[in-house]
Parts: sequence; C-alpha cells; structure tokens
Amino acid sequence: MVTTVTSTERVKRKTRVGVGGAPPGGNGQNGKGPGGGGSGGKQGDEAHRFSPKPYRLTLWILIAAIFMMFAAMIAAYVMLAMGEKWPEVVMPRLLWLSTGLIVASSLTLEAARGSLKAGSDPGYVRWLSLTLLLGLGFLAAQVFAWRQLVEQGVYLATNNHSSFFYLLTGAHALHLSGGILGLSYLLMRTRHRRAEKNAEMKRRAAAGVVSVYWHFMDGLWVLLFLLLFVWS
Amino acid sequence: MGRALGVVIWVLTLASVVLFFSGWWFPTAITEHAPAIDRQFMITIVVVGIAFVAAQVGLGYAVWRFGAGRDNKGERAVYSHGNNRLEMIWTVITAVVFISLGVMGQRVWASLHFNEAPAGSFPVEVVAQQFAWNMHYAGPDGKFGRTDPTLIHEDEQNFIGLDSRDPAAKDDLTTTTLVIPVNRPVELTLRSKDVTHSFWVPQLRFKQDLVPGMAIRVHFTPTRTGLFQLACAELCGMNHFSMKGTLLVLPEAQHRELMAAPKAEFQSRLNDLAGKYEMGVIYDENGTKIGKSY
Amino acid sequence: MADETTVHEAHGSEAVHRHEPPKSFIRKYVFSLDHKVIGVQYLTLALVAVFVGMILSVLMRMSLTWPDMNWPIIGQIKPDQYLSLLTIHGTMMVFFVLTTAPQGGFGNYFLPIQIGADDMAFPVLNMLSFWVTLVGFIFLIASFFVYEGAPIGGWTAYPPLSAIPSAGPGQGTGMNLWIISIAIFCVGSLLGALNFITTLINMRARGMSLMRMPLTCWAWFTTAVLALLAFPVLLAAGVLLYLDRNAGTSFFVPAGLFIKDIVQPHSGGSPILWQHLFWFFGHPEVYIAILPGMGATSHILSTFARKPIFGYRAMVFAIFAIGLLGFFVWGHHMFISGMSPYSAMAFSILTLSIGVPSAVKTFNWLGTLWGAKIRFTVPMLFALGFVSLFVAGGITGLVLGQTSLDLPMHDTYFVLGHFHLVMGVAAIFGMFAGIYFWFPKMFGKMMSERLGRIHFWITFVGVYSIFIPMHIMGIVGMPRRYSRFAENGQQIYGFLESLHPLVLFVTVAAIITFFTQFLFLFNLLWSLFKGKKAGDNPWEATTLEWNTTSPPPHDNFAGVPPVVYRGPYEFAVPGAPNDYIMQTEPDPAAGSSEVSSGNGHDGHQH
Repeated sequence: MVTTVTSTERVKRKTRVGVGGAPPGGNGQNGKGPGGGGSGGKQGDEAHRFSPKPYRLTLWILIAAIFMMFAAMIAAYVMLAMGEKWPEVVMPRLLWLSTGLIVASSLTLEAARGSLKAGSDPGYVRWLSLTLLLGLGFLAAQVFAWRQLVEQGVYLATNNHSSFFYLLTGAHALHLSGGILGLSYLLMRTRHRRAEKNAEMKRRAAAGVVSVYWHFMDGLWVLLFLLLFVWS
Repeated sequence: MGRALGVVIWVLTLASVVLFFSGWWFPTAITEHAPAIDRQFMITIVVVGIAFVAAQVGLGYAVWRFGAGRDNKGERAVYSHGNNRLEMIWTVITAVVFISLGVMGQRVWASLHFNEAPAGSFPVEVVAQQFAWNMHYAGPDGKFGRTDPTLIHEDEQNFIGLDSRDPAAKDDLTTTTLVIPVNRPVELTLRSKDVTHSFWVPQLRFKQDLVPGMAIRVHFTPTRTGLFQLACAELCGMNHFSMKGTLLVLPEAQHRELMAAPKAEFQSRLNDLAGKYEMGVIYDENGTKIGKSY
Repeated sequence: MADETTVHEAHGSEAVHRHEPPKSFIRKYVFSLDHKVIGVQYLTLALVAVFVGMILSVLMRMSLTWPDMNWPIIGQIKPDQYLSLLTIHGTMMVFFVLTTAPQGGFGNYFLPIQIGADDMAFPVLNMLSFWVTLVGFIFLIASFFVYEGAPIGGWTAYPPLSAIPSAGPGQGTGMNLWIISIAIFCVGSLLGALNFITTLINMRARGMSLMRMPLTCWAWFTTAVLALLAFPVLLAAGVLLYLDRNAGTSFFVPAGLFIKDIVQPHSGGSPILWQHLFWFFGHPEVYIAILPGMGATSHILSTFARKPIFGYRAMVFAIFAIGLLGFFVWGHHMFISGMSPYSAMAFSILTLSIGVPSAVKTFNWLGTLWGAKIRFTVPMLFALGFVSLFVAGGITGLVLGQTSLDLPMHDTYFVLGHFHLVMGVAAIFGMFAGIYFWFPKMFGKMMSERLGRIHFWITFVGVYSIFIPMHIMGIVGMPRRYSRFAENGQQIYGFLESLHPLVLFVTVAAIITFFTQFLFLFNLLWSLFKGKKAGDNPWEATTLEWNTTSPPPHDNFAGVPPVVYRGPYEFAVPGAPNDYIMQTEPDPAAGSSEVSSGNGHDGHQH
C-alpha cells in the first residue's frame, strides 16, 4: 500500500513536455490510441495527468493473488474435511460479533466515500474514523475469540479443525491489518486540505482503492466464517 | 552455416531414432494387461516418432534451403504474415491426433482402475517402510489380522504391528517376498508405515504409490512364473536406491501348497522355492524356463 | 524514493525532460530503481545459480557413474549427499534460473523498453522483488551449511518425508531453510508479476496497441499472470508444511506414522493434499520457465529470418491457450499417487490437448523460416536450437500424458529426459539466444560470434547426447532419484545392468557440455570489456529497444517517448527502402509531420 502511494508522488512530479496531446499519427489501423490509460497519466498538462487506473488495476491484481492463496487454504480445508471425520471444535460465539463488526465497517466505509463525493470533509473523517474503529474492533474480537479457544484448551495443533481455524483467521487478520494501514493512511491525508484538483483526485482514488481492498477483506471473512462456522 | 546446421539436426534426429531401435527396451512383461500397454506405447512412440522426425527434417530443410548466403544484396525474404487456412488445418489435425491418442490411452487404465478385483483374487497386504518391503498374507483363514502402528516392534520381527491378540492374526504370514500365484488375479492393498513409496516391478508394467494413511488397492493377473526384482519408485529417503524387494510368481499348485504350510516352515519353504528360479528369467505357467526378461 | 523525486524536480524545467540516473554508486548499481539495472542483477543472480546448479548436476553424474570413487576434495559422495545435490539442483534451476532469468532478467530489462515505457510501473516494488529473491537464494545456499546439510526430499518435497524432521538427514534445519527460501521466492515473484502486468497494461507508448507488441511481451505478460496465480498457492502450501514441521499441525501428515522407532503424534492430514497444491503451482511453473523462451525465440527467429512472424495472432492465442490449459493439467504428475482414477482421465485428455497450441507454435516457427533469408548469427543458432529441442523434449509429453503409459514411465529417466529437454535446456537455449541477441543492447558491445558458434555447436550436440539416451534408460526401467545403481561394483538391479554404457556416455557428454559453458562465461566477460562496439541497431531489428542507444539511457528513450506506427515484425516489406521497417517509422502516406514537430532529438546527447 505504502509503496504504491509513494510512486504516485513520483508520477505526479514528472514533468513532460513532449508529444503532448497529438493523436497517434500514421497507420493506426490496429491502434486503440495512445497505450492504455496509464500512459495518459504521463503526458499532457499537470491538472489532468493523474489517473487512478493503474492503482485500481494493481489492486485488483493483488486481490487476485491474495485470493489464490486463500483459495489454496480453503481447498485444503475442504479436501481434508471431506476425508476423515474431525473432532469438532465449538466455534466461539464471538465470531458472530466480529462478523457483524466487519460487515458494518464496509457500510460505514461506503458512507465515508459518499461524504467524500459530496464534498463533506467532516462527514468523511467521521465515517472513516468509525470504519477504522470497527476494523480495530474486529481484530480485537478475533484476538478474544482465540483466547476463548485457548482457555478451552484448543490450540493450533489440537486437531485439523482448530489448525485451520487459527490458520485462516490468522492469515485473514494479517491481510486485514494491511487494510487498517490503508484506512489510517486515508485518515492522515484528511488532515491537510488539498485545494489542487489533482490532489483531490488522488485522494478519491486512494479512498477508492482502499475501499475495494476493505470490501474484499470483508467478503473474504464472510466466506471464511461460513466455512469454519456453518459448514463443519 | 545453414547447411551445417541442417545436417547436424538431421544427424541428431537419425541418431535419436537409431537409439530407439538399438535393442534397449522394456523387460518382457508377465501380466495380462501388459500387452495392451506395450501396444499403446508402440503406437504412441510411432506417432511421436513420425512427428519428431517430420518436424526436425522440416527444420533442417528450412535452415539448409533458406540461408541468406554470404553476400545477399537486395535479396529479400517472402513477405507474408501467415495463412489462416493453413493455421486451421494444422490445428485441427494435431488436435484430432493428440486427443485420439489420449482417449486410446485410457482403455488399459480403465480396465485396471474402474473394475473391482475379480472374485477369488489372491489378496496381499503390502506394507512399505523406509528401505524395506513387508508382505502380509492372510493365511488359511483368508482373514487379515488387525494391525496397529503402536504394536510395531522391529526387534521382535513385528514390522507391521500385527496384533497377536486378534484371532484372525494367528495364521497370518509376513515376509519380505511378494509371492503370488500365476494365472489368478492378485489384489494388492498398498500401505506405508512412514513416507510415500512406490511399488514398481518393470515386468508387471505398472507402478503405484504407497501413501501413508491410505490403503490403495490394485489388481493384476500374472501370466508367467519367475523371480523378479521389486523397486521403490518414489523418493523415500536416504537409501531409496536400495529399497529392493522380491516378487516370486509360482505355479498355482505350488503356491497353494506354500500358503498352507505351517507358519514355522513358511519362510524356509519359500526360500527353497525361490532358489529354483533364476532372477529376471521368465518361466511359463508350469515353471519351465522361457528366457531372460531383459 | 526521495532521491528520485529530487532528481525529477531538479530537471523539471528542461524542454524535453530526461531522468538523470542517480549519482551515487549504491543508488545506481546496487539499490537501483532502474529496471535495466534490476534486470542485470537478476541475470547475474541467475548466472551464479546456473553455474552452481550445473556443478551439482555434474557431481551427481560423476557419483552415479563411479559410485565408489574417492574424489579429490569432496571425497566419496554418499547417498544422502547425492540426494541433497539433487534437491538443491532442482530447486536452484527451477526457481533461481528458469524463473528468474527469462522473466526477472530479460523481462525486466526489455519489457518496458519494448513497449516504450521509461521504467516499470512501480520501481520500488521492482527493486524489492530482486532483493527479496536474493535473500531467498541465500537461504537456499545456506541449507548446505547447516547440521546434516541440505534436504534430501527433491524439489517437489513430498511429505511426510519433508514434514517429519527425523525422516532423513537434511530434513531438519535444512528443510526449514528450504521452505523459507521458497516462501521468500514466492513473495519476490509476486511483486514482480504485479509490476509486469500493470506496466504492460498501463505504460505502453502511444500507438503500441496490444496486437503491435512483440511476442516477447505477450510471453512475459502471460508468464506474469501465471506467476501471479500460481505462486500464492505454493506460498500457502509452504506455510502449511512449515506449520506441520514446526507447530505440530497435521495438514499433510496422517495418523500412525512410524518413523525412527516412534509413532508420530500427528493425525488427519493427507500427503496427497501437498501434491495437489504443489503441482497446481508446479505445472504452471513449467510454463513460467518456457513461455519467455518461446517469446524470445519467436522474436529472434523473425528478426534473423528477415521475415514477419508467421501467424502473429495464432502465436498470441497459442501462448494464452498454453497458459490457461496449464492450470488444469496438474494432475498428470499424480496419476499413480492414489488420486481418483476418474479425474486422472480428465487430466490426461487436457494434458494432451495442451500439445495442440505447442504444436501450433512449432508450425508457425517453421512457417516463419519458410521462404526466409536466414542470417545465421549466434542468437539465431540458439533460437533454432530452441525449436529443435522444444520439439524433441515436448513431444514425449504425448507419452507421459497418457494415464496407462504413465504406469510404466512414471518417475523413470524417461521423465527426466522429457522435462530436462523441454523446460530445462530448451528454456536455457531461449536464454542463450536472448543473451547473445540483447547483449549488444545491454552493454553496447558485441559478443564474439566465433566463440559463440563453438559454444552453440558443442552445447547443442551435448544436450542431445545427454538427454535423448535418458529416454531409453527410462524405457528399460531406470528409476530417477536413485543415488546409485551399483554398490561395491555390484549392480543393484539386474534389469538395469545393460544400461551401463549409456550411463557412462551421458556422463561424459555432461562433463564436456559443462566445460563448454565456461567458453560462454569467458565470451561474456571478455566481450564486456573488449567486445567490438555495438551500434544502436546492430541486428537491423524493428522493435523499440533498437530505437534507442546501446546501452539505453536511464529513462530508456532520453526523454522522448517513442510513438509506434506498426506491428513488430515488418521485414521484407515490398517497396520499402530497407528490408526492415522499425515500429517507430511513420507511414509516409499518412503525413506524420505534426507528431514529430518540435520533438526532435536535438540537443540531447546520448
């Protein structure tokens, strides 16, 4: 996340006076114009240069990779669960709470983006802070759920169900922490008002990118929750 | 340079083909399903060989024929971006050839894996462990005794953890040689005590992994008698290379007699019988020598 | 990042903006953000890795052929040491050579240039991906130097052998290091893949439509997609295996294992699960290794055939088809593993159908050569060698892909011959072609053609001599991964006895081929310093990398992003003044004056 944004800085500061906005001359029979969206971000004048496209794209690619990793773990879970009968672990009820928290956080994040679009900075900050709190609350609930299990004497290596529980929730929490960092970053950027149009676009883009990631983490959790809680 | 390359490609192709005809081949097979596998292999190798030779000869010809020469001034290649019709034709032809090969290759597979072992098959439990094979026979009662890994005591020769309290285990026989009757279906139940191994007797023409935690069944019918080597074909640790065992296929009467022998005499009788066969040599169903399998 | 931005700002006022390279040595050559430097770093890493891997393989051949010999310095190679060599050879070659060099090396260096970009989309990520990979490499090498040495489980690391530290020497600390190394490598590759995809989609120059990209770019792109989807699965599998070993979980370990006189305290896992996860990664990995080689071969073949590539579209579709199908055939590594025989059938049919796009590529290469005016430069020789080896190695996939034929052939030397030819040496030939072809661009010097030719001839004949006989050994029944076939002068398996002359022949061929590679190394180093100076476009090629100086400036095009007007392989166009037309050359008819006006190269020394 952090590196992504740093490079934004870099693209912005590149000043290019070059071929400008001239159309691609010549025999552009196959051409769909000048490259993809991103290259648009490198030419033309300052105000119109920023394009959120590459960041959104990169995020989706990243999501694909993360999804594959979880898919592998979920496939492992399904394959083993269909084999031998596991001694079942009673899932802590606290998971219902954490699920509620993270679903709510997705809604508040959307509310925050709504405020941003409407140009209401205080609303944006409020909703964003609430989202961050809900996210932290989710992590706290997860930690408490682990502690509940530990108190029952259920550890990582107790049986396959508990192994998968710790593994999947742990891996999810780790990836969600990335989302927390993203939210914190968004919140930090609200401290200075950006008059410049380009900066404003960037802020929205960043909010968009973080929200997609956050919703993905939310959806992923619901999937894991169903898998761990309901399916077994 | 082009001509030299063309010639080298042709020579390498020729050498490769010659090598395939040089006499090194499968050991002679001794199972019922093997001829079908050998035939399928032959068909595939011929198709593959033709494709291989055609492609290499074509490549060699192209570099022979279409070199630019040392001083080509102004001479140009043919300007062409391709030919869709040609593209379609060779895609369809290769698809048909390759996929039919694939479908043909399933026949033997299906006959081995999709059917249960026929009734009256001779059952053996094969238990692999790091660098040794254990063969477990049910004995006259036809029932395998219970096994449990906690009962394994290698110093007491109980390699598979046979539970001596189980009545079915009383007459069970264990040894390192896989001894089976000819012309009768054999059903192996493959297990492993520790890591993954693989059961591999080239003359049987099949290989099957022994996976810990699983009991994998395979069945086959030997058609020749003789003494053969059993090897492990899945990396199982330091001495993987020396994890050899023995397969003894006996005429049915001899086999029946052996299996009915008192437990105490079993091993010595088995050794006697094995001593009558020369390793790797094929004998017919009555035990008459036919010839070396490799 | 800070340095970068200052540089940009400092030069912001120039009319045509150039990025100056960082001034300090460390920023310029070590922690560089320049994709070209990173590419060279990757290539250097792969060069070190390939020589290590090759030495290991020669040691293995020597040990197999003369098992009782006491060698100077190393002594006798013991069975477990042989397996350590084998494991690290495989891991080294697959990950740190076949994955890093074609993609991380050449891809990094040339993908941005070929699409007319000034760098990768995320230079910091790019730098990180290299350094992460290097750390992975160090972990792998380190496994040789811990108690009991490197792991012995092969590069496929099947559990329970890999999951139970007491299952064999090297399966303790060495195996942990192996898993860590691979996990780190996965992260590095993911960062790289992310960057490749974004760069290719977003940073193409004006006029560089997808269907005008060189086939190398298509190959790198598809490879990046494969890496992106395959490596996370290996990473997950690695985490599970690590937990099984070190945290007592049982993902891959079933109940009741009796190892080293104790019943292991695990239960409920499945060794087959690892195989599924591993090969779900492992099969696409094969294409990760070979696709860039195919791309480079297509590119170089067309260039020196002086003829457009035959069936550009078909080539692109074939690359995609291979990549896509590659995700659905992993089960063909597991026909005899105890997996369901019904799914084996499906995997088998899919596997054979992957032969179709591969054959289409071969036909198109032959089509490209037909009616050509071939210039037999060293890169062209290696590209032609690639085609020959790809056919020779790939075609036996039709044997191995059949369920019933896998019964006798699985895990024999037949498999060894097959995959070494097709994903090993064919891919390496692709890299050799690449290095001889692009060296002038990368370093501004030509490599010696004479040495290169000797290198080619011996290597080409050498690899055929090494790997074709292995097929025969496999048919006879020689199992792979055996530390030795004879003990105390006694053959262990009677049915392998007759193979001794072949074994000896292969070993001799391997040693000769090995020493020939030093000729290449010498050529590389000698040409770096003493090579003939190369012009900007010594091969008279058409794509964008030949449009800039050799070596290219820090931002690739000296601040003047190229504009693309045509497809990548316009050779032998009737009526054109030269037999090649660069991608940047405007069509005289279409009046391109306004594009180039005010945008000349004036005032910019390279």
